[in-house]
Amino acid sequence: MDKPSAMPVDFRHPLQRTPFHERARALSQVDSFVPWSGYSTVDVFTTVEQEYFAVRNAATLYDLTPMVKYRIVGREAVPYLNRLITRDVTKLKVNRVAYCVWCNDAGHLVDDGTLFRSGESEYLLCTAERQIDWLLSSADGFEVEVAEITEQVAALALQGPTSCSVLKALGLAGIENLKPFEIGRFTFAGAPLSVSRTGFTGDLGYELWITPDSALTLWDALMTAGRSWGIRPIGSQALNMVRIEAGFILPNVDFVSAEHTIRTGRDRSPLEMGLGWLVDFDKGHFTGRRALLEEQRRGVARMLVGLDIAGNKPARDSLLYAAPTAKREIGSVTSAMWSPTCKRNIALAMVEAPHFKTGTRLWVDIYLNRELVWERRMCQALVVDRPFFAPERRRATPAADY
Amino acid sequence: MVGAGHNGLVAACYLARGGLKVLVLERQPFIGGAAVSRQLYKDFTYSNCSYVCSLLRPEIMRTLELPKHGLQIIPYEGGCTMMQNGDHLAIYDHHDSLRREIARHSKRDAEAYDRFSRDVMRQCKFIKPLLMREPPDPTSFKPRDIRELLYLGQRFHGLGEQRMYDTLRFWTMSAADFLDEYFESEIVKAHMAGSSIIGTALGPRSPGTAYVLLHHYMGDIDDTVGAWGFARGGMGSITQALGKSLQASGGAIRVDAPVARIRVRGGVATGVVLEDGEEIAARLVVSNLDVRRTFLNTMDPNDLPGEFLRQVKNFKIRGSSGKLNIALDGLPVFPAIPTGAPCTRGDMHVTDSIEMMERAYDDWKDGRWSRAPYIDMLIPTQIDPTMTPNGKHYMSVFVQYCPYELADGGWTDEKRKAFGATVIDTIARHSPNFKDLILHAEIRTPWDIENEVGLTEGNIFQGELTMDQLLFNRPIPGYAQYRSPVPGLYMCGSSTHPGGGVMGAPGANAARAVLRDAGRAALV
Repeated sequence: MDKPSAMPVDFRHPLQRTPFHERARALSQVDSFVPWSGYSTVDVFTTVEQEYFAVRNAATLYDLTPMVKYRIVGREAVPYLNRLITRDVTKLKVNRVAYCVWCNDAGHLVDDGTLFRSGESEYLLCTAERQIDWLLSSADGFEVEVAEITEQVAALALQGPTSCSVLKALGLAGIENLKPFEIGRFTFAGAPLSVSRTGFTGDLGYELWITPDSALTLWDALMTAGRSWGIRPIGSQALNMVRIEAGFILPNVDFVSAEHTIRTGRDRSPLEMGLGWLVDFDKGHFTGRRALLEEQRRGVARMLVGLDIAGNKPARDSLLYAAPTAKREIGSVTSAMWSPTCKRNIALAMVEAPHFKTGTRLWVDIYLNRELVWERRMCQALVVDRPFFAPERRRATPAADY
Repeated sequence: MVGAGHNGLVAACYLARGGLKVLVLERQPFIGGAAVSRQLYKDFTYSNCSYVCSLLRPEIMRTLELPKHGLQIIPYEGGCTMMQNGDHLAIYDHHDSLRREIARHSKRDAEAYDRFSRDVMRQCKFIKPLLMREPPDPTSFKPRDIRELLYLGQRFHGLGEQRMYDTLRFWTMSAADFLDEYFESEIVKAHMAGSSIIGTALGPRSPGTAYVLLHHYMGDIDDTVGAWGFARGGMGSITQALGKSLQASGGAIRVDAPVARIRVRGGVATGVVLEDGEEIAARLVVSNLDVRRTFLNTMDPNDLPGEFLRQVKNFKIRGSSGKLNIALDGLPVFPAIPTGAPCTRGDMHVTDSIEMMERAYDDWKDGRWSRAPYIDMLIPTQIDPTMTPNGKHYMSVFVQYCPYELADGGWTDEKRKAFGATVIDTIARHSPNFKDLILHAEIRTPWDIENEVGLTEGNIFQGELTMDQLLFNRPIPGYAQYRSPVPGLYMCGSSTHPGGGVMGAPGANAARAVLRDAGRAALV
């Protein structure tokens, strides 16, 4: 148990500031900040549209610091993680990264995150929601230490087709040869800098990890190095657009953690989230395995799918029907947008069996506000595979210049 | 209607609206029972008994138009526990401030708090719809009981496997065991355990106290579940609004009209006899008094079945709480709390471990007031501008534990003063200027509460909220549906389901039962 800290909480500032806050504040033109995981972060710097296109066309900086980070170290780190996580952690090599999920005994999703193997028995787990209670409970019986280190690491996402060029201009030798999900170790201004070829945009991109005292220097150097490569900071709104195109899910948007659901039937399994590929039944026991095996045998009751919807009006919060006149809902949209890059009206939706098979035609109930007069549209939609956007450049190694 | 407490008034309102001719008789010269605002010192208004509001059912406020009759409920923010070592635990409204504050004491507890809240919310979601329903009798084959049992069963089943197990555990286990399943930090547990002992003659380690904790969470303010607030103008505003609502629907109230006896003729209730001998005939008599007072003090034992009478005598309704109402010349300072922190506008405590709480209970068992009592202390005038002259304050201090009878005999003025001094000294240890600010203090022991309000032994819930006295066993097995063994006589106080707290649900449920027997449509 921790020793009580003498410093009382500053109740006048419920939200913390990231090490990049000073720069973000200066560059924010519209004063649009939102809370994220206890930090005040930028929602929009200038305009969402310009920020969005910068991700798909040039290079962007996004402050990742509020992402919750845990250091997991110990002789039994591998068996611990292999029990916790549904993927086979033994296959993850040093300096590699894996997207992963973990479940409770009932096979319901607790959270998703990215697991960085930083050493033989040292890992960094990045999660959207706080997990220490779950991670420590799961550590019973393992020789492993788990500690939250969110405040000890400053993190930036550098994403977009010119992001590799920016890093080359920054002087990171050989960065173009870094493979997807690989971690590179560099020294920047005398400080150790880790760069992983990972991201939440589905595009070419990197995530940079450094100590907080070097954060502003790194930001400034990136902005300078990227000037001719069209770099600009982006806020959460633009990121949300590109993550939908990439088909990535968000807790409390596309699913609610089983640790937080109050109503029965609101928990989701990785199979239902379309993340069955992250579940390895052959690796031995892991938390939730029995329940997930049973669910696989029985077949899932619902599935998160991609939708391609007629028209160009985003189907936000829409209900789904099997026929335009049907009374009973067969699901609902969790995330939706018009995709400016794909030129498609796309959505992520939770759909009941048997309507979730790729190629199924559904109907989406969309409400339109036309100068304060609401109109209802029943639009046809097609169940499609995710991701909606997956350019070659995201995987190509060596990475292209643009 | 015997007694103008909040449940009596709620029931009376519904009965009047249902078309019955209603007369409410109140022993005191004022209405309100345990929901009163009184001026005992200059122009300072006290919430003399109950002092905060959360459980009052929104459907009652709405259907009885209480806002129109002057009721305003204002939520308060946060709360805190001041520790022996000068540190504190503050509860903040903002989730991130709260997380960081709990993390000061234990990082793990800061996150376990979310799990705790989730499980409490899950149970509250199950319990809430049962509040405004008559508990079904599991031994009955009446279609209504079978239907209600099915409803209860369906809701229970709807909880899902794990939560069904949890329900039975949470309803029977001790608060200390319950909190141990979530928290490691003593101070966090101590703060959370407070509501498990309030008004209860049990310690945090006694089985059954986890339910008392849940009982305090199942209210809401404007759909914020578990939130507590102040009634603007004190808790008397609730009963004043009910009184006006009653009068607006044609009901009448007589104060200074103590009922001596409920009259039974030919085995049927036929009215009441007042202490001055006046007889008032009535087709139906509803008692807002607790079950012990109703059947043991205002009825002829010969009119009641012997077995029933024996169970009434055994009904657990023990006095365990005292109350201080204090007029203050200014705002006391609490050095443990950061200056300006909003948590002093909520409930403040000074018990920083479960152990300390349990020791306080030990004193009660030994027949004396706790030497280091658990206190639930609020200064509503930081939010409510109507209760004191500007710049002055009113402090409400609820005290756990204080026995109804002391080991060395009954209460005397001297002992009452000593009890008050114990509480004041307890607060003064955490507030250097507190004693100098005191202009007047009303000190109330369980004995005083019984004598003034009429609650047996001064038990604030009209009977312990333990599993043996809940649902179809409250107050007496077989008599949980507001009807007494005597036709024409009903019960509507907190002794009945779903129990105490200024909730109004017993009153509303009782009115529904009365109206159904009278062949009238139910209104809520």
